[in-house]
Amino acid sequence: MSKHHISATINGDPAEFLCDTQQTLLDVLRDELNLTGSKEGCGSGDCGACSVMVNDRLVCSCLVLGVEAQGATINTIEGVAEGDQLHTIQKHFLSEAALQCGICTPGFIVATKALLEKNPNPTETEARYWLAGNLCRCTGYDKIIKAVMNAAAEMRGA
Amino acid sequence: MGNEEKQNKVLGEGKGKYRVIGTRPVRPDGVDKVTGKANFGADLNVADMIHGRVVRSPHAHAKIKSINVKKALALPGVKAVITAADFPELGPGDIAAGEVTVSFHDMSLTVIARKKALYDGHAIAAVAATTPEIAARAAELIEVEYQVLKPVMTWKQAMDPTAPLLHEGQITKGVKPAPEKPSNVAARSEFALGDLAAGFAEAEVIVEHEFSTETVHQGYIEPHACVASMSADGMATVWASSQGQFMVRAYVAKLCGMDISKIKVIPAEIGGGFGGKTVVYLEPLAVALAKKSGRPVKMVMTRDEVFRATGPTSGGHGRCKIGAKKDGTITAADLEMEYEAGAFPGSPVMLGCMTGTTPYDIKNMRAVGYDVVVNRPKAAAYRAPGAPVAAFIVESTMDMLADKLGMCPLELRLKNAAKEGTKAPYGPKFLAIGYEDTLLAAKASKHWNTPLGPNQGRGIASGFWFNIGGNSSASVALNEDGTVIVVEGNPDIGGSRASMAMMTAEVLGIDVSRVKPLVADTESVPYSDLTGGSRVTFATGKAVVEAAQDVVKQLRQRAAKIWEVDIDQVEWKDGMAVAIETDKYKPLSIADIARMAGKTGGPISGKANINAAGAGPGFGTHICDVEVDPETGYVKVLRYTAIQDVGTAIHPSYVEGQLQGGAAQGIGWALNEEYVYSKEGNLLNTGFLDYRVPVASDLPMIDAILVECPNPGHPYGVRGVGEVPIVPPLAAVANAVSHAIGKRVDSLPISPPKLLAKIQSKG
Repeated sequence: MSKHHISATINGDPAEFLCDTQQTLLDVLRDELNLTGSKEGCGSGDCGACSVMVNDRLVCSCLVLGVEAQGATINTIEGVAEGDQLHTIQKHFLSEAALQCGICTPGFIVATKALLEKNPNPTETEARYWLAGNLCRCTGYDKIIKAVMNAAAEMRGA
Repeated sequence: MGNEEKQNKVLGEGKGKYRVIGTRPVRPDGVDKVTGKANFGADLNVADMIHGRVVRSPHAHAKIKSINVKKALALPGVKAVITAADFPELGPGDIAAGEVTVSFHDMSLTVIARKKALYDGHAIAAVAATTPEIAARAAELIEVEYQVLKPVMTWKQAMDPTAPLLHEGQITKGVKPAPEKPSNVAARSEFALGDLAAGFAEAEVIVEHEFSTETVHQGYIEPHACVASMSADGMATVWASSQGQFMVRAYVAKLCGMDISKIKVIPAEIGGGFGGKTVVYLEPLAVALAKKSGRPVKMVMTRDEVFRATGPTSGGHGRCKIGAKKDGTITAADLEMEYEAGAFPGSPVMLGCMTGTTPYDIKNMRAVGYDVVVNRPKAAAYRAPGAPVAAFIVESTMDMLADKLGMCPLELRLKNAAKEGTKAPYGPKFLAIGYEDTLLAAKASKHWNTPLGPNQGRGIASGFWFNIGGNSSASVALNEDGTVIVVEGNPDIGGSRASMAMMTAEVLGIDVSRVKPLVADTESVPYSDLTGGSRVTFATGKAVVEAAQDVVKQLRQRAAKIWEVDIDQVEWKDGMAVAIETDKYKPLSIADIARMAGKTGGPISGKANINAAGAGPGFGTHICDVEVDPETGYVKVLRYTAIQDVGTAIHPSYVEGQLQGGAAQGIGWALNEEYVYSKEGNLLNTGFLDYRVPVASDLPMIDAILVECPNPGHPYGVRGVGEVPIVPPLAAVANAVSHAIGKRVDSLPISPPKLLAKIQSKG
């Protein structure tokens, strides 16, 4: 079976790739485009480590097919920082020590950015429910939630 | 938001005397991890690489009659197929490996089954092909003929004298005289102090109860992954995410029958392990496939494979009996436990026996454990292996004793707390320990003194873990501009690079930003034991401190040479060489000396290779508030405080993170997590949807109170901190729920249907 030729915009740049019908967007990002910042923790949409934005919507890229990316605007963890300037959320994850092993961190940062774009002033409970689709086994979420709340406050002030 | 109570209590030496230790710098590997640049196990692709896939048993217990790989090999794109026949057959015999002993015989049969499949998901064969899709299709074409046997799924079934045997001829170890009949009980262990009968005769109040828990998984988010390559001269390179590159090297060498010098292991970043990555599963298969195919082979587990075939820790069952005087003085404790080892011997029941009653000074005690094999995956280490289940049993019984005595459970613990000089059930007398201080900090906390509402309950529980030292190597190299590189051999699983950089900076008296830590491959740093046992910040930290001290000595020598004075006339102060008792010489900074190194004797570096003794035991006390919905049995954790003697917190944020993360895992263990098997022995919940680890909305903020009682066995007072925090939560949660409903909860997990039945029962 021949591969599909897909064109999309990824992190602001035009991108083209060939993919099999059964390849997920996560497979394509990681294996075809070398964007390995999005992680596969489960392959079933339960852990959120592969969180990306597709047309401004937060999705698990393991639940999206590569062919569905045709014409889409996709943003991944690799596009969160601007050049060597870390995003405010990234800075707070670092200063609040909101990561231990770091495998879930890209997904959390993408999901947090989506949250704060939609709701710049979330309550702790709202942040916890928004991020309930992102599993972290190391931190107990305490420092992640603090980083999210502090980043939100700084972004509102800026 | 919580943590308003955070405090750093200082006992003996401690804070204030250090310039770097105790501060909270950004971790050196942080930027790569928040930008997606860090390379974890599955992130590496190499030229000409093909993809491996494991064929797994669909049966919990079966004889393997034949394996036919012809069709798979005939599929275009398939490059190699392997079975147990491609590996050397290893004889029996155990070797010590960190906190546990390993049997290479059992390990080889865990990596790939030879004659019998012993659990659902047991590896039977493996295939490598040009794409993952072809490998998956080829795996389906491998024909395995099984003779299905009756599965033995629980300790109770396994200990039935009529139960089918997993291992024919297995005679229980640790029983004298040795039983004549084989059984599924692999071993019995016992630890005792004093005279049990006399202790109970002295008691005025006795409580006794029975408890049970289920198999749980470490639940690291990163599935096991590796790439292996082998060149025609037999030299292998393995990139792997693991808790120890030297562990991977040693196990691959043994299981594949290779010399250690022919294997290089390059550590990837590790996406969580919690003990579950202290063993190998894929690496020997990938090496064998690489050898057979002549191509680099990548292997990555699916989440389903992780649950079915790796890690879990034992479900356990036990009885505990405690006797006390009316004033709360414990006179005797008797603990008996059965742990499910999985398919091969080696549950952590012995460690459970050694830890369960250890927070208390009990003159007459006995702990007996049975290591029982069942048709589940072989248990791997999970954070303080064995201790959480034992603590659940003992700490729940302590709570019942407090109820019966009409005594505050915290006061009961204070009255019996182990202190410096207390003899532990496993032998030694404790040096300086801070258990009592964790109780006093709990007593003084706002949390403990806040009233509860209706349907709410508060639980308190304590926990102990040994912490270990062991072999570690480190080197510290001075760069030409005075910056420093510290090289270690332990994967950084939760921020240990930061600790190593901070300890180096402390010794050298320089800013931590001038120190770059590196976790090196097996050929770039001498041997180090794996990352586990809460040993790295202690033992590898000790090596780093010694290596940095070696550098300081050389820096003083160089300054002495420049000034033409004796080295005794030069001290190292705040990052500078300073001449003692004279201002004749302008102090030399580390950068000054680095710049002149070529003229004073050449490059400067220090090293240390140690077997670190003096690990300081750790104690913690947790407080948990819950609210129970009496109509559904749903438990909401309202408030949680974890208090621990952490020795000296090098980077307090990452120490707090260990307490918070351990507490969260323990809460999951208590409330949600369990392996659910069908009657046939197939694991039914093989994904995170059905194996429910705590998510952000399940938890409150977790307050961490760090008590610092410096460990006399470490230059900066470091104690291991990573394991203790998972020991108390099971009982803290269960005690809280028991108080909320007014009945004793004795079976984990406390899932809503189980709890609802309990609430509605008469008992």
